[in-house]
Amino acid sequence: MEAEYLYHYFLRLADTSLTMSQRLAEWCGHGPYLEEDVALTNISLDIMGHANLFYQLAVEISETDVSVDDLAFLRDVDGFRNPLLTELPRGDFAYTMVKQYFVDSYSLLLYRALSESCYQPLADVAKKALTEVQYHHERSHEWLKRLCMSTEEAQQKMQKALDELWFYTSELFESDEGMIYLQKQGIAADMESIREQWHSMVESHLIQCQLILPESGWVATGGLQGEHSEHLGYMLAEMQFLQRAYPGCDW
Amino acid sequence: MSSKLYEVFIRSKAGLNHRHVGSLHASDEKMALMNARDVYTRRQEGVSIWVVEAKYITASNPAQEHQWFDPAEDKVYRHPTFYPLNKEVENM
Repeated sequence: MEAEYLYHYFLRLADTSLTMSQRLAEWCGHGPYLEEDVALTNISLDIMGHANLFYQLAVEISETDVSVDDLAFLRDVDGFRNPLLTELPRGDFAYTMVKQYFVDSYSLLLYRALSESCYQPLADVAKKALTEVQYHHERSHEWLKRLCMSTEEAQQKMQKALDELWFYTSELFESDEGMIYLQKQGIAADMESIREQWHSMVESHLIQCQLILPESGWVATGGLQGEHSEHLGYMLAEMQFLQRAYPGCDW
Repeated sequence: MSSKLYEVFIRSKAGLNHRHVGSLHASDEKMALMNARDVYTRRQEGVSIWVVEAKYITASNPAQEHQWFDPAEDKVYRHPTFYPLNKEVENM
């Protein structure tokens, strides 16, 4: 039972990183200027690296001979356990940056907690990822400040992105039965604690940026159960095309 | 957002000097540092970065190249080549 819980938990972590990475990679060649184009795709590759490490943990605990590539490229929509937030289309630069800032803040707190996990292989991966995420978070926070404090148009775009994305954030902190079990064993992170830290940090940053927090309302859910938005299917169609058209293709 | 030109200097490892590696555009100093990190240190090129806005560099005039630099051409005695070095001294 514990092995199955671990497997699903590692997929949750890996799928979240893989979908984030893929959306960022879509900026390749479309960045607002050269330097930013390079930076966004660098970060995409960092996060792809985290996905790879989390998938390796899943492969190690799995009782089948599934590979990392199988997990990334041969599962369909209902097998993915990422929150809906990370599969949303990249949108404009404001939308990408608000989403990035939300997820960087989440990853920062989550990996910091997981660095203390009593499951040593997970703690090792979290520590490695944390070093990179600290930079990602610093960077998206700097962008947040600049975009909110430049022109009126930029401020409006940031507020619009916040209004659209805010209701997808609560799903980041969901737990299922397996995650709660793992948390009690000292393996998984306490998501209620991460939620509190996230809101405390993010809300103070948003207020400093003179953004208005949306009123409470509908919230997205479903990712942990494999229930996704229509966007994930299109993303997988593009991302998985090569492995499906040329099975076992390597380079 | 207005974009400014910055010159980038990288220290490749502790003990060496920062060396000019190129330039980039950024909105301000902090973003210039971050862009430099992402554009110029992706392959472990450095351990420290300086950026300076290009307009703050005072450059010699290329038109005066001959007046300024040619006079050193025939002053070989300025090179420390007129005395023997001890064998023990290597990297001079």
